[in-house]
Amino acid sequence: MRRATRNYLVFLRRCALIAFVGDKRYYLWMGVLTVFCLLGLNAYAKQLVHGLITTGMSDEVSWGVYIANFTFLVGVAAAAVMMVIPVYIYDNEELHDLVIFGELLAVAAILMCLAFVTVDLGRPDRFWHLIPGLGQLNFPASMLSWDVIVLNGYLLLNVHICGYLLYCRYRDRKPSKWFYIPFVFVAIGWAVSIHTVTAFLYVGLGGRPFWNSSIVGPRFLASAFTAGPALIILALQIIRRVTEYRITNKALLTLRSIVQVSMLINVFLLVNEVFKEFYSGNLHVASSKYLYLGLHGYHALVPWIWTAIVFNVVAMVLLVLPLSRSLKWLNLTCVLCIVGIWIEKGMGLVIPGFIPTPLGAMAEYRPSLNETLICLGIWAFGLLCYTVFLRMAVPILQGRLSQANEGAPAAGLGEAATNPALEA
Amino acid sequence: MLPPESSPNQAAPAPVPEMSRRSFLRSSAVLASGLAALAASLSPLRELGDYVSLERFMQKYYKELTPEDMAKVLKRIELEVERQYGIRPHVRDLKPMDGVEFVYALNLTRCIGCRKCVHACVAENNQSRNPEIQYIRVLRMPHGSLDIEKATHDYAPESVPEKGYFYMPVQCQQCRNPPCVKVCPVHATWQETDGITVIDYDWCIGCRYCEAACPYWARHFNFTQPSIPKDRLNPEMAYLGNRPRRQGVMEKCHFCIQRTRAGRYPACLEVCPAGARKFGNILDPASEVAYILRTKRVFIQLKEELGTSPRFFYYFDV
Repeated sequence: MRRATRNYLVFLRRCALIAFVGDKRYYLWMGVLTVFCLLGLNAYAKQLVHGLITTGMSDEVSWGVYIANFTFLVGVAAAAVMMVIPVYIYDNEELHDLVIFGELLAVAAILMCLAFVTVDLGRPDRFWHLIPGLGQLNFPASMLSWDVIVLNGYLLLNVHICGYLLYCRYRDRKPSKWFYIPFVFVAIGWAVSIHTVTAFLYVGLGGRPFWNSSIVGPRFLASAFTAGPALIILALQIIRRVTEYRITNKALLTLRSIVQVSMLINVFLLVNEVFKEFYSGNLHVASSKYLYLGLHGYHALVPWIWTAIVFNVVAMVLLVLPLSRSLKWLNLTCVLCIVGIWIEKGMGLVIPGFIPTPLGAMAEYRPSLNETLICLGIWAFGLLCYTVFLRMAVPILQGRLSQANEGAPAAGLGEAATNPALEA
Repeated sequence: MLPPESSPNQAAPAPVPEMSRRSFLRSSAVLASGLAALAASLSPLRELGDYVSLERFMQKYYKELTPEDMAKVLKRIELEVERQYGIRPHVRDLKPMDGVEFVYALNLTRCIGCRKCVHACVAENNQSRNPEIQYIRVLRMPHGSLDIEKATHDYAPESVPEKGYFYMPVQCQQCRNPPCVKVCPVHATWQETDGITVIDYDWCIGCRYCEAACPYWARHFNFTQPSIPKDRLNPEMAYLGNRPRRQGVMEKCHFCIQRTRAGRYPACLEVCPAGARKFGNILDPASEVAYILRTKRVFIQLKEELGTSPRFFYYFDV
């Protein structure tokens, strides 16, 4: 027992130390991210002192880019499972090792999600009121309490699966199926649940007709399964470029077909929603009118949503054409998917739900500089985490960081630094 | 095990002392500048001041406070208010009365849209003046329509009432099925037995989910530390009512709990020059509100189709 603990601690220590080693590009990349993290931390310190008045939010539009980014990132985290399904259910060998990269992305995304909800709280010092047993978690009535549980559960599941598989690889042991296959299947269901529950946060509000629509859940999943794998396609190519880790084009094209189908469904659901809102012409169309056309002279979101629609439609066409089998076009398509869905799900879903207010008042929302810095800080933090995770995982998967070379001087770690910059 | 330059701890036994001294210095420099940058980025926190104290951090949930706990907490609140405003307030934890369920009725024929209720409410309930928080929003509606999207909020004529309009004040509707209570992740808001939905300002985490859920725009958030001029503070306070709030929590109309649970009318009712506002115990058949709901042919619950079942009724003189 003591020996096992010691082995594990040595593993953790070596993983932690390797995160500080790399080539110039690695230090530069990590340095830039750290600067953004610190700027975000500084902005958050100001927000803590002066309150959420430092943001663009108001009683009219009481959620903004924090919750928008949160919603988008829950989707990214959920989408990691789209790599797991082909591997474990259809035995697709191409993606087998890449699952780890997807799940590590899920871990980083969930960490960002947790950061985004934390910075949105008016009283972060009272977070412990959410802890079951200690506080007063309103489970099962509040959808937010469901979200607290499923997000943290998903984080633990993925940390366990990645951690276990990597540790086995490090010790050159065959992973015992009982220790991870059941968790993998739970995680598949769980991934769907985190995004469904997040959709239900909005869907459950009867007083907000723009959100109170049963199509929001399916649209969330479709858009997540588009943007998530698109992000992974880009990340894998960066990993392939900056490390010696081999990733086949075939794996990327498998992911392409996932993005392809999801984007078709996503655009189809969008058409359904727009038709229902505008054709029937009832009084509840105000928020949609504000979003797509502008209302009573207010139209801050109109250029955004049309950009998103154009991006999504162009991406869909590219995905259907054989053109996107070439990596250059595929990458362009992925960028269009990610940006389009980020706008559509963030700005396009969260903000118009508040406009006009339930009492018919018009107001608009624009994120403040301080708020934007906090968002950039959290994104930088997420990228920092993902980079560190990959910095540990890649050498382990390649066998360069293993128990066998404990004590050996740096087993070739110096020359092959990772720089998985997610330029997306 | 690792390249020596990565680990200042291993400087001593490393084989090439020259190298390791240099790398030790370099690591220390990086570490020091990193810590300095961290400290600099956190420096705004020096102004955090009275944001939280250990006592307030540890404070228990309202429903878990024993009478002794409550006595201590009330005392502490009185001291805190006195320190901040220079007035010793009288803070009570008033409980709901048995056999009482409060209901509000508002006569749309009589309301003239003067907004006196709005300001009486702000004064009574110690709302922040800057930024100003108001619990009552008076809507100016064109004749003949109850479509809220046609409402004007910022009307400012020479005198009221205006021709062609009627006025509809909206405040917390004290729903029987309150969506805000259902969505709160920490039970910081709940419905009391007398029908008033209250907030434990010391338990709310400020997620604003209730604000998104409320169909009446009745809940308001303290986006910054509320400010009330010292001479305007109402010292007669209730724990679940008008005691001063802090930055980062929700607040809303509570039917003037500090008055109504002590047998008085809400401030908005007392100030109304048109007699448009009626308030009372619906369980008492002799009450005015019971009479109105029994005899009026038509009364309205706002957004009745949402199933929130408000305890706030709008009626007409027909």
